[in-house]
Amino acid sequence: MQYPGQSQMMETLFYGAGAIALAATLLALTRTNAAHALIYLIVSLLAVAVLFFLMGAPFAAALEIVIYAGAIMVLFVFVIMMLNLGEAGDTRERQWLQPRTWILPGILAAALLAQLALALWQTPASTSGLEVSPREVGRTLFGPYVLAVEIASMLLLAGLVGAYHLGRRYIDRDSGGEQ
Amino acid sequence: MAGLQVPLEHVMLLAAALFVAGLAGLMARRNILFMLMSLEVMLNAAALAFVAAGARWGQPDGQIVFMLILTVAAAEVSVGLGLVLQVQRRFKTLDMDQANRLRG
Amino acid sequence: MSDMLWLIPLLPLASATLLLVSLGRLPRTLVAYCGAGSVGLSALLVLATALQWDGEPIVRTLWTWMQVGDFAPAIGLYVDGLTLVMMSVITGVGFLIHLYSTEFMQEDESLSRYFAYMNLFVGAMLILVMADNLLFLYLGWEGVGVCSYLLVGFWYRDPANGAAARKAFIVTRIGDTAMALGLFLLFTQLGTLNVQAMPVLANARWEGGETVIVLATALLLGGAVGKSAQLPLHTWLPDAMAGPTPVSALIHAATMVTAGVYLIARTHELFLLAPATMAAVALLGLFTLLLAAFTALNQRDIKRILAWSTISQIGYMFLALGVGAWSFGIFHLMTHAFFKALLFLAAGAVIHCLHHQHDIFRMGGLRRRLPLVFWSFLIGSAALAALPFTSGYYSKDLILLSAFQFPQLGPWLWFGGLLGAALTAIYSFRLVFIVFFGEVQTEPDKKPGWRMSAPLGLLCLLSLFGGLISLPHDGVLGGNEHPHVPAAIEWISIAVPIIGVVLAYLLFLGRQWSLQTLLDSAPGRWLTAFWQSGWRVDGLYDLLWVKPWYRFTYLLRNEPVDRFYDGLTLLAAGGHRAMAYLQNGRLRWYATAMAAGLMILLSLLVGAP
Repeated sequence: MQYPGQSQMMETLFYGAGAIALAATLLALTRTNAAHALIYLIVSLLAVAVLFFLMGAPFAAALEIVIYAGAIMVLFVFVIMMLNLGEAGDTRERQWLQPRTWILPGILAAALLAQLALALWQTPASTSGLEVSPREVGRTLFGPYVLAVEIASMLLLAGLVGAYHLGRRYIDRDSGGEQ
Repeated sequence: MAGLQVPLEHVMLLAAALFVAGLAGLMARRNILFMLMSLEVMLNAAALAFVAAGARWGQPDGQIVFMLILTVAAAEVSVGLGLVLQVQRRFKTLDMDQANRLRG
Repeated sequence: MSDMLWLIPLLPLASATLLLVSLGRLPRTLVAYCGAGSVGLSALLVLATALQWDGEPIVRTLWTWMQVGDFAPAIGLYVDGLTLVMMSVITGVGFLIHLYSTEFMQEDESLSRYFAYMNLFVGAMLILVMADNLLFLYLGWEGVGVCSYLLVGFWYRDPANGAAARKAFIVTRIGDTAMALGLFLLFTQLGTLNVQAMPVLANARWEGGETVIVLATALLLGGAVGKSAQLPLHTWLPDAMAGPTPVSALIHAATMVTAGVYLIARTHELFLLAPATMAAVALLGLFTLLLAAFTALNQRDIKRILAWSTISQIGYMFLALGVGAWSFGIFHLMTHAFFKALLFLAAGAVIHCLHHQHDIFRMGGLRRRLPLVFWSFLIGSAALAALPFTSGYYSKDLILLSAFQFPQLGPWLWFGGLLGAALTAIYSFRLVFIVFFGEVQTEPDKKPGWRMSAPLGLLCLLSLFGGLISLPHDGVLGGNEHPHVPAAIEWISIAVPIIGVVLAYLLFLGRQWSLQTLLDSAPGRWLTAFWQSGWRVDGLYDLLWVKPWYRFTYLLRNEPVDRFYDGLTLLAAGGHRAMAYLQNGRLRWYATAMAAGLMILLSLLVGAP
């Protein structure tokens, strides 16, 4: 069902999305305003979702958007709202983010990237182009990986309890027993 | 719809770039909120690498690991953000360099 | 009655425990009754045992001390004639001295402590002589050493007394170490330390003269030499006079210092197997008796004179043991215990009545002021000088004649002993003449009461007639035949002490000879100083051992070995600080460190194909 030029177009889309993901990430990490950074991060995640889709993993792409960009980022938004940092937070961030604070992390990151690139280029390969359907993922997930599902559920339960515990005391103190 | 065939190393390089960007952010930022975001970026980069590897073989395993990473990220963020609130309450700042009572 | 045997050492020990635990809160009268009474009861028990004794050794094993492999020393008592003699001396003389102490020490603030130590001493000494194995004996041996230390330093507020106590303890410790080594050697060789089994096994194992047995007996001799203040470990005894006078009488004259003699007599069958050690015992005894006698000639302190004479008399005992006259050695031990205790107690009475005056040249003319003390001292000195028909005469005469019979060295030993006897007569009567005759120098301010007089009287009787007691130990020890020597030798032996007394009279009372001129001449002065210092043995030891030791410790004052370990500590502390610096609690720093670590790991993985 391919029309001519489709492959060309998809490839362009792929590299474009990759570039957007990288750029949005870099912008997100250098912002001083947390809300702005969060928007960039969501853009980055959406771009990655596009990559997933193009690589033949539509289920992963959907989860990336629904859970990552949706649920998790919304959590961030809530916390930013509760902290209510405002302009003072921006100013302080600008003080902290002098260019020289980036020197050592930048050097380390660049060296690491160079190493990884070196390692990657030694074993060239290509993606298969096959699509893995949600049905297949579901069969595998509840087949051989059922133990991992259980462990993940335990992890989520632990996260739930932890978050409730930490957050409850915050609420108790600040809102004086409203609950 | 058939997937796209691209060199695996390109995807992996992108994942590596995202990962080191997150790492650099983690090392450079002092605000715990941004550090958590950097962690999200790094986790997402790892997830990208897994999905790409799954696509390399046309197998579902990569996506399953992606889902596990997703649960880890969700749990980590819920606990991490709870901690952010506590840090703000106790230290009246989000500066992690101030919250260094664990020093030896 | 023999089943009450265990009570004999237990009574004084129980009393000591009671007095120590009560911390001096008991009334003084009760303390005195308790202290003297327990020893008195022991003495009665010993008397009863002796009267019922049928000549056979009594063996009572109370319980097994410990069990290590084949080694199972018992807490056991062994009583034969030798033990009985020792027990009688310890409890009998000991009781008299305790009785005397109740008056002598009645104004002392730590009366309770005094009697506790004294009772502990009597208990330990009884354990020493009644033990049925040498390990148990060693327990008593160390016990009496501790009591000696405690009692010499009894008036511990004066640092000099503390120093004397330490000296007594440390010097005897050298001998005790040798003795412990000797015990180890005997045990590895024989597998037992039981006093009955040992001689049998030793006789079966050795012909006589082997190096091992000579070494073992020499080590035992080392212990005996230390305890009995013989050359070369005699220097502690004169200083030990720092203790109360009854202590000197009991411990440093009558009993403890003779423990060495007892040890050799107890193990005499081992010594018989080692002729070389026997000869060493005889020669040590001879040299000691001469050295001590010369030194005693020149002292001013009444107690020191008696201390040197004790060393000298123990030298006679060693001489007797060395020539194999075991019985006579023990006989002399007993008579010496009587007359030396008498002398010390009489000296104590003099000191007591003269405001703690020790210098004999500040005394004088006490003959009429303290007649009982004078007669006691006279009788004691006569016995010490071995004038005929006193107890000392019987024992010392037998020793000299036995020495004469000793092959090869015999006449020399006899001559040396005779010279010593002459010197003994001179120094003892010098003491009598200076202290009790002549002008009154210091007026006594009190008279001894009955508790001091009664022991003096009883000991006078014993010193006079103690030589007639027939001893039960003849069956245990050999060498008790009366020696057969030419009549001339016997007559000379009898005459020499009398000549000594006459000489003393001429020198110190009659002033017929210009003694002063002799003393003022250059050699006279030098010799006086030399003898007064005890032949400078103390100075020699100081030069040979004490000073090099101090110098050595001075070199080591910075503790070079410790410096090394200090360095290790510093290294660890430095490492700790470096590690603690890493642990700075900053999350970003941790993240950076992890990134760097990751980089290093990746370099290794990527670099290695």
